Amino acid sequence: MASNSETLAHASLRSGDGTFAAWSARRLLIIGGIGLIALGMIFGDIFAVFILHQNAARISEALLAATHAIGTQDAHGVLDHFSAIGRFLEHRGTKVDTHAHMIAFGYLALLLALIQPYVALDERRKKQMAMLFLIGAIVLPVSVFLIYYVGLAYSPLETIGWASILADFGGLLVIIACLGQFIGLWRYVRRRRLGEARATSLLEWSWSSRALLVGGTLLVLLGFLYGGYYAAVDLYAHEEGEVTTLRTIIERAAANETTEAERAVDAYGLLQADQAVKIAAHAHIIEFGLLAMLLAFVQPYVFLSERWRRRWVVVLLIGSVVLPVFVFLEIEWGLVAGGIADVGGLLIIIALLGMLVGVLRHTGRLDAEGGEVR
Amino acid sequence: MTRSQKLLIASGLALAIWGMAYGLYYALFDEHQTLDRMGASLATSFARAAERKMPEARAALQTYAETKFEYVREVDVHSHWIGLAMLLIVLGVVFDHLAFEERHRVVVALGLVVGSIVFPLGVILQTVSRGLGPQALAVIGSALVILSLAAITLGWARRGAR
Repeated sequence: MASNSETLAHASLRSGDGTFAAWSARRLLIIGGIGLIALGMIFGDIFAVFILHQNAARISEALLAATHAIGTQDAHGVLDHFSAIGRFLEHRGTKVDTHAHMIAFGYLALLLALIQPYVALDERRKKQMAMLFLIGAIVLPVSVFLIYYVGLAYSPLETIGWASILADFGGLLVIIACLGQFIGLWRYVRRRRLGEARATSLLEWSWSSRALLVGGTLLVLLGFLYGGYYAAVDLYAHEEGEVTTLRTIIERAAANETTEAERAVDAYGLLQADQAVKIAAHAHIIEFGLLAMLLAFVQPYVFLSERWRRRWVVVLLIGSVVLPVFVFLEIEWGLVAGGIADVGGLLIIIALLGMLVGVLRHTGRLDAEGGEVR
Repeated sequence: MTRSQKLLIASGLALAIWGMAYGLYYALFDEHQTLDRMGASLATSFARAAERKMPEARAALQTYAETKFEYVREVDVHSHWIGLAMLLIVLGVVFDHLAFEERHRVVVALGLVVGSIVFPLGVILQTVSRGLGPQALAVIGSALVILSLAAITLGWARRGAR
């Protein structure tokens, strides 16, 4: 039997109580949020397939060349190779940041959509805050993506280029929008004390919402447990191993023991890869846990049959487990694990797009009903 | 909205703003300089080795190690504060559905909030002091987060079973 809050949530949705009206803050944030996450995931998959491994190989080649330059006492050659490594690292780093920020802002947009009933601002102001947030959430990752290509061209500063400045501006817009929400929330709490404000329940305690909420919390818990294990067992060992391996590289190369130096370069590459996959597994499992929890609240807005809603939930949860587990296995299983991890990412993207279609169908239905009334 | 919900949502928003403000400050005033120092020290280490100035090469490598130690933690703090802030807000919205009495929910919420603040704080303090204090703070913080999450999972399971 449905609980009171369940019935209330359904009723408010059917009647279209205004919180999800056309161009309302909540609608902008939910559609914008799912869109940002899906785009960020697609970008991440493209990056993983076409850039990540190729980039790592180029960095290894440049490091090996720098090691050989030590043997031939070519200090200028060393600096040239390091300059190339710097460019490869910036290429990779800005792509990772674009992917991470797009998804993080998508999460934040969904979060802000959830708390809209508790934000005591007028709808026009809420809409302005939502727009400001979405503009910042797009400007920042796009600008970060451009950092590698724009560089320091025409920049008034020595170390920061125009793309970085624009990215920081995007971040500032997001902070202002969040501050606006915080003020609204503060006003809500104050009004509650005076008995003025009201809020409807946001959660529909359906199978889909429950599965996402429980699954999401479990994923976050697993991610934290693994993160704790990584910090205790691997983090310091990795840091120490990196310095030891680099010292071996320079000392063997300076002693013209080329084979030993090359072996140390290989070991350095493996260490970096081991570190990268372990951190990626930890970060992704927590991110997907959060995503699942957030999507639990969006389920009432997914206008699909219960069977299809369940299918998308199951597909999303399977992808959320497959991707981090197989990223973790990449060192031992190689490209096979990488391929399976990419399929996991694809499952999440498909599930997200399926849910987005459901949300758009819901908005269409509400708008059509509103039109009939008019 | 219950007390535990208010605690989680208000703390989450405050932590998100704090984490983003820290990220903005870090990106503007520290990150580029740190990255430059890290790259330059490693390149210098290799270049000095090519010139067979090994003590200088080792010193530059040490600078690289110290700078990277700081960089990793500075970036980690930014992402962990914001990630945990989002978790606090999400859980805050739905915390009244947790199958515990409100006073128990407040305790769990408090554990999660304190852990979310203290754990990254311990991580960033490691850049100031390499002693046991900051590490202990990080361990206590993460243990609080893990225990609170375990309690929340139990709360959902109890609610689901009803």
